[in-house]
Amino acid sequence: MTAAGPLLDAHLVVDRGGFLLDLPLTIGPGEVVALLGPNGAGKTTALRALAGLLPLSAGHLTLAGRELDHPGRRTWTPTEHRPIGVVFQEYLLFPHLSALDNVAFGPRRRGLDRQQARQRAADWLGRMGLTEHARRKPRQLSGGQAQRVALARALAVEPALLLLDEPLAALDARTRLDTRAQLHQHLTAHPGATLLVTHDPLDALVLADRLVIIEDGLVVQAGTAATITAQPRTDYVARLVGLNLYRGRASGQRIRLTDGFGLTTGDRHDGEVFVAFPPSAVALHPGQPDGSPRNTWPATITGVQRHGDNLRIQLTGPIEVAADVTPAAAAQLRLAPGQPVWAAVKAAETRAYPAA
Amino acid sequence: MALLLPAALGLLFLVLPLVGLLARAPWSTLPQRLTEPAVLTALRLSMQTATLATLLCLALGVPLAWLLARVRFPGRRVVRALVTVPLVLPPVVGGVALLLVFGRRGLVGSWLDATFGITLPFTTTAVVLAEAFVAMPFLIIAVEGALRGADTRYEEAAATLGAGRWTTFTHVTLPLVAPGVAAGAVLCWARALGEFGATITFAGNYPGRTQTMPVAVYLALETDLEAAIVLSLILLTVSVVILASLRDRWTGR
Repeated sequence: MTAAGPLLDAHLVVDRGGFLLDLPLTIGPGEVVALLGPNGAGKTTALRALAGLLPLSAGHLTLAGRELDHPGRRTWTPTEHRPIGVVFQEYLLFPHLSALDNVAFGPRRRGLDRQQARQRAADWLGRMGLTEHARRKPRQLSGGQAQRVALARALAVEPALLLLDEPLAALDARTRLDTRAQLHQHLTAHPGATLLVTHDPLDALVLADRLVIIEDGLVVQAGTAATITAQPRTDYVARLVGLNLYRGRASGQRIRLTDGFGLTTGDRHDGEVFVAFPPSAVALHPGQPDGSPRNTWPATITGVQRHGDNLRIQLTGPIEVAADVTPAAAAQLRLAPGQPVWAAVKAAETRAYPAA
Repeated sequence: MALLLPAALGLLFLVLPLVGLLARAPWSTLPQRLTEPAVLTALRLSMQTATLATLLCLALGVPLAWLLARVRFPGRRVVRALVTVPLVLPPVVGGVALLLVFGRRGLVGSWLDATFGITLPFTTTAVVLAEAFVAMPFLIIAVEGALRGADTRYEEAAATLGAGRWTTFTHVTLPLVAPGVAAGAVLCWARALGEFGATITFAGNYPGRTQTMPVAVYLALETDLEAAIVLSLILLTVSVVILASLRDRWTGR
């Protein structure tokens, strides 16, 4: 954020009878914020409210010094007069127009003549490396190309706020990797504010400067990728970043979890804390391991899944926990659902942080 | 088997009259017959009025279809029902109704006469109006269906790019539903071309002015059967061509 203050300053309140979105949101010039959350959390509702496709019930929305939506003051700017650009989830390129005319559509509507609009569109397609595809219709483009045309179309109007709705969700895994890298470049170059709506934590971590995580219409956590991955505060966020997360009451290095189970950690705290550790920190043994300042407990396997090169083992017992083991270790231990094992976690591999 | 026999009879019933028409056609004198001034005049008038009626239907029917498909307003179901009335109304009743409204003593007709000195009945304009009245529902139903099937998210995308309602309609919505509009227009044109009841009631039967092909066929039947057959053949050919052009849409798969 610069001294001039945020480019986008909003408090989005949308009441859809039974679902309430209440999301304060500020984005600075050049900043990329990822709005992350499970399905039904209100991500799309927030994007539609910003785009003017859905009116606010309360709160306010100011972009580049202009008040676009403020129900309290009866201010409302329709979508077509907002300085925004949107990349839709399925791109929504106009099927009857060439890639060039799709990109020229916005500049043309914003006052450029046909020639200038096409020139601007050609420039943008050039930047996306799509010059030789300018004459093609959307159905003749690959998924990755269509994504870049959609991005060019949104950026060609030089929006103060760029909105991206799951921009990589429609692509296959391989294309997604390349496209994500290119998208990163273009977002870095974009001088306006950018809001990226996604449910993919990787997109958020790679593309965004800051993350805002919502569940059931409310912000549950916000901050940089580093703070959020290190200190998740809800089960959803913990799953997102791949950590085991518990809440309890600390006195020194000893933490009593809400269901009575005790853990020893490396950090010293007093009061309400979260304690987190990665699945790779959990070791499994056929019998009770002895010695060393470890947390050990008997558990039962409930599930075994592939996870990268390893196997992720879901365990139940005094606490629900996920453990990562190598396939070799799994074979040696004959891990299968229903089998009892002993779980062990070193105190030094757990992290505790205040919950309040 | 119990179904095959009536099915075959049904097919025969539909096809036999057409075969009869072809069998009785005066093939040897057909070239002269086709170029007779009376035939050409009726043909030209029919083509012109059907085309004008279709244009009128497009100009009024597409916005009406848009209203029905995209705008929620009280009484929309009633409006939709009203729009389809000419589909089931006997055309001759439509002709009488038109005469009562646009006739010299009619609601609108008397005003037109008094203000502009315009009289509509028994003019070529009356033919166009009669044809448009009967054919418009075909266009509206086709276009409304196409609009309902079109993805409205494209319209939202257009709005985010700065397009207002009108630009969105002309630059995005219409091109997206163009195939539906074209099919509706062709259907509307075919219906207008074959219009008889409303035309003869409201516009009468003046050669070169209001005597369209179907009217000419009906009159020729009493004086010159061969002429009636020739005129019918032309209309049959046009129908087959239209059916072929719409094949994928209406009869495919």
